[in-house]
Amino acid sequence: MKPFSNFESRMAPLAINNIDTDQIIPARFLKTTTKQGLDRQLFCDWRYDAQGNPKPGFILNQPRAQGAQVLLAGDNFGCGSSREHAPWALTQFGFRAVVSTSFADIFKQNSLKNALLPIVVPPGVHAELFAAADDPEATVKVDLASQTLTTPGGRKVEFPIDSFSKRCLLEGVDELGYILQHEAQIAAYESGRVGSIDTLG
Amino acid sequence: MPRTIIEKLWDSHVVDQQPSAPALLYIDLHLVHEVTSPQAFQGLRERGLKVRRPDLTIATADHSIPTTDRSLPIADEIAAKQLAQLEANCAEFGLRCLGVHSDWQGVVHVIGPELGLTQPGMTVVCGDSHTATHGAFGALAFGMGTSEVEHVLATQCLLQRESKTFQVRVDGRLKPGVSAKDIILALIAKIGVGGGTGSVLEYTGSAIRALDMEERMTVCNMSIEAGARAGLMAPDDTTFQYLRGRPHAPKGADWDAAVARWKELPTDEGAAYDRGVALDAGALEPMITYGTSPGMGVPITAPIPDPAQVTDAMARDSITKALKYMGLEGGKPLLGRPIDVVFIGSCTNGRISDLRAAASVLKGRKVNPRVRVLVVPGSQEVKRQAIAEGLPEIFRSSGCEWREPGCSMCIGMNPDQLTPGQYSVSTSNRNFEGRQGKGGRTFLASPLTAAASAITGVVTDVRTML
Repeated sequence: MKPFSNFESRMAPLAINNIDTDQIIPARFLKTTTKQGLDRQLFCDWRYDAQGNPKPGFILNQPRAQGAQVLLAGDNFGCGSSREHAPWALTQFGFRAVVSTSFADIFKQNSLKNALLPIVVPPGVHAELFAAADDPEATVKVDLASQTLTTPGGRKVEFPIDSFSKRCLLEGVDELGYILQHEAQIAAYESGRVGSIDTLG
Repeated sequence: MPRTIIEKLWDSHVVDQQPSAPALLYIDLHLVHEVTSPQAFQGLRERGLKVRRPDLTIATADHSIPTTDRSLPIADEIAAKQLAQLEANCAEFGLRCLGVHSDWQGVVHVIGPELGLTQPGMTVVCGDSHTATHGAFGALAFGMGTSEVEHVLATQCLLQRESKTFQVRVDGRLKPGVSAKDIILALIAKIGVGGGTGSVLEYTGSAIRALDMEERMTVCNMSIEAGARAGLMAPDDTTFQYLRGRPHAPKGADWDAAVARWKELPTDEGAAYDRGVALDAGALEPMITYGTSPGMGVPITAPIPDPAQVTDAMARDSITKALKYMGLEGGKPLLGRPIDVVFIGSCTNGRISDLRAAASVLKGRKVNPRVRVLVVPGSQEVKRQAIAEGLPEIFRSSGCEWREPGCSMCIGMNPDQLTPGQYSVSTSNRNFEGRQGKGGRTFLASPLTAAASAITGVVTDVRTML
């Protein structure tokens, strides 16, 4: 994973609560056996009509969303299915952060593993960002090291992230590589284990 | 200090805990299916890694598998390739695969329990958000993404942060026509689809104790729909009776030792939870959802919300958008609303007791001719049992389709899909836009409500037919 760097970007606002991963990428696209080629499937059923033509009213089809790296979304973003195809599709479109008041747990963990930063802001800031996004050229700055989002108005807002995820993102640390370093502890745990562990044998 | 069962399960599986990192949690059982695993196996290949514990890992084919005659080739080439990939990956990495032609194939959350793989005190994971189903046995069971599937395959461990504990206490007695599905739909309507975020739910109370194992699985299954990390219940005699004699359950002296260990699991007297909520089972009615989120549920006789009465702007917009998609008008009940399809199945309600419940309503009656009814057993074992009890005859003679096991119309990855604009009453777990097929519109309900609605062709209160 490449280290996560600071950036400034326009926002793609999607003012809908509880956006589930079936909307982010519908299940019929999950028959793939690779991670690639998912960008066109992102928000497919909101983005394209029955003939497959882009719907002009949908945010991702508007000029302002081209090159936007921040998706601004309603509460509880990413609920539902555990499909990691959701952050794969979002990052392949070009997003590097999603801003919301809250995220579903599995989506959040999946995002952190794919260099997609889930940024939680308080409701007041959330509303302020949506208002600012009325201007399609408005930009926000994301600085992970200082855990700050700078609003279009220039206000710095701190956002939470656990120190481990932050370090993994900033240094490009791969979580599996980290776990593999614990071979001795895992082996010790297994040797002390009784009962249910062997019932599959 | 007294501990909850959630804390006991956590404490007994921590392999390592550093202050600067999440805990390393050991996984006792890893269930694998065709959709969320191919990229994980590819990751292992690229790193030159093996599966650490093939003996604790088992795979099946459920999501993209067709529910038609298994002796025929699979028409959807992409699905066929994905299913073949699962079998090839399992062969390459030495995993048991209950694949397309296995006598034990089925929905992953149906087969784990029926094989006795799922046991109290375990940590159970799967690349599927409905893994909480296994919590019904007193296991800590949760869904994960494909990166984590790869982590568990390679190391049998996951990096995890401890969740908050959340007690859901359900006391009282369910009235006739009201079922486990209605308990969980009522809970989600009450706390919301984000109400459980960051938490593991423990369901307690006399109404939960009174449920059989399959009903308990229905409740735990939809914990994710309240946003919870997991949902579970303490094991008791009902649990032990269900497990005894199952293929992978402990035998002989091992069984006695296991039961003794399992009896230590329930939450200690005086243990505290971070949060709590209470429901009165006796006050519940059959529930039904009207919108595009599982929290948009009401008692079946109640009017659906009128967006004009909702004060928060974004919440109002969400309901307005949902009702527009559903083609519904706020302020009126759903009762009497014509439907096109009924789906009976899924990891929520595809077990033998669910099929029995549906059959009890359908027996001697005819399905409304304009309604298509799909009955999809959760597994080959459920199918065998149903055949032994004569259920397929009841379904067929009333006008239902009796199909092969799989996720089917719960997720719409195979040909079992709604067409745009169709309405279904579905025993599955998600009513998201397009979940059962692009443009399809889903009313979530219990098997009893689904069967009653199949007969009348409109959304129906099963209590009028009992």
